[in-house]
Amino acid sequence: MSIVLRDSFIEMPARERARAILDADTFRELLGPFERMKSPWLPLQGVVAQADDGVVVARGRLAGKPAVVAAIEGAYQGGSIGEVSGAKIAGVLELALRDCERGAPVRPVLLLETGGVRLQEANLGLAAIAEIHAAIVALRAHVPVVGVIAGLVGCFGGMSLTAALCSRLIVTRQARLGMNGPEVIEQEAGIAELDSTDAALVWSLMGGEQRYATGLADVLVEDDAGMIAAQVRAAFDSVAASRTEQVERFVKRLASIDPIQPPEPAQLRALWPREAPR
Amino acid sequence: MSPPRSPEGHGLHWFRQLTGQDGIVPGTVATVRVADAPLRQESARFIAVVPDASNRFVRARHGEVGLDEAWALAQQVRATLAADRGKRPRAIVALVDVASQAYGRSEELLGIHLACAAAADAYASARLAGHPVIALLVGKAMSGAFLAHGYQANRILALDSPAVLVHAMSKEAAARVTRRPIEALQELGERIVPMAYDVRAFAKLGLLYRLIEGVQAQAPDAGELERVRGELADAIADTRAGPRDLSHRWRSEAPRGLRAASIAVRRRLTEQWELP
Repeated sequence: MSIVLRDSFIEMPARERARAILDADTFRELLGPFERMKSPWLPLQGVVAQADDGVVVARGRLAGKPAVVAAIEGAYQGGSIGEVSGAKIAGVLELALRDCERGAPVRPVLLLETGGVRLQEANLGLAAIAEIHAAIVALRAHVPVVGVIAGLVGCFGGMSLTAALCSRLIVTRQARLGMNGPEVIEQEAGIAELDSTDAALVWSLMGGEQRYATGLADVLVEDDAGMIAAQVRAAFDSVAASRTEQVERFVKRLASIDPIQPPEPAQLRALWPREAPR
Repeated sequence: MSPPRSPEGHGLHWFRQLTGQDGIVPGTVATVRVADAPLRQESARFIAVVPDASNRFVRARHGEVGLDEAWALAQQVRATLAADRGKRPRAIVALVDVASQAYGRSEELLGIHLACAAAADAYASARLAGHPVIALLVGKAMSGAFLAHGYQANRILALDSPAVLVHAMSKEAAARVTRRPIEALQELGERIVPMAYDVRAFAKLGLLYRLIEGVQAQAPDAGELERVRGELADAIADTRAGPRDLSHRWRSEAPRGLRAASIAVRRRLTEQWELP
């Protein structure tokens, strides 16, 4: 009898996820919960502010090399990005950039589990996300920036752009990646456009497997902490241009689509096949 | 109450006023306009996203940044980068009046997140290559559309006008999603500054380089236009003299109050980055 034991990454809270990604015993959290760096805006709106604002940032090592991980806690406020949580992510990316520019590269990893901007902090969340984007583009000139979407929250809103900007994007089948959440699309465009309660439909459009099959994610991995950690290490050996730099390739792909008769998700896999590994 | 809105939106109106051109680029969607026009001693490249009632994507007919728009922005900004390689990088002025990103099933399937990221990447790459990138808010600067078109700028300027709105979600959508009446959102914005939509509240967050007062968003006269040109030229000169990152957004004087937490987080992260 053989039992395959999997160590579910999805079930881990953010702090455990960051620990699971980094080399054993190298996890060192920055601005941890005991420092109580909380949202100044949530209490004004009757919402209890969590001591780490839902983002864990930690330094450590990956395959022995200096690294930094930012892990979003999907269980807190839907993983939403507020002023503090956004500044934690932008701040460590900016410090990684500073070190890279000084000739001491740091490997950045983003564990994305987020609905996007926290509506209670609206413009400050959006501003922080723009700063995260700026830092990723600057960092990528020095070192790959690796993103992981495991699930179950997925990665939405302005943070879906963050995922797209990563040099390498690792997803599970349980992941979802989209700019507009299904509920928002249903609200804005009507239930005929998208029934947000139809989980099979939602995953067929924006699930990890579909994103991988159409070349919008680089690695499809099982929900297993060890396998995900191994894929993160391997991603740093990649030297390919990031997807957002391959403008002509994607413009050509889009031009071939007729929006009056848009393809079904399965058809799109045939129209936009994955290419040979980038 | 939002002010009356011309069918072409403020973006095209300002684009025409500032460049004297229509900016249609052969081979590019009609919703992305590009033209060069003088600003003080130099020529700047102006880019606007404008509505098109016959857009091939129906969800992007009212000034939204859709798939074609975002990819065209990425293409046009990268073309500017390529054209200036080895020369003095020209200034890029993004005229911003974008209602939202396009919401739709096809948009998600076809990766609108990637398209918008490619536009943001292009603007950020231009900024890092030394192009002064300036955003001038003349209308709505909403959510993912603003991330794709304007938010990577070195300097953000805005007209002090009720037509200029900045937010993470349109008022109407936020009201539906949070199941609150629009008036309640209004009231909340008056209490909680980052929740507000109006540009004067946004200015308090320290993210704006300049709030340009006394200029009509709908019908600027010749003197007002000259003033806006002067402000753009000043912002370009200031950018050329400074760093290429966005650090002024949290290092300038204004954010010390309302963005105090953004600054405190960075200070403490820096202290803890290395082991003591």
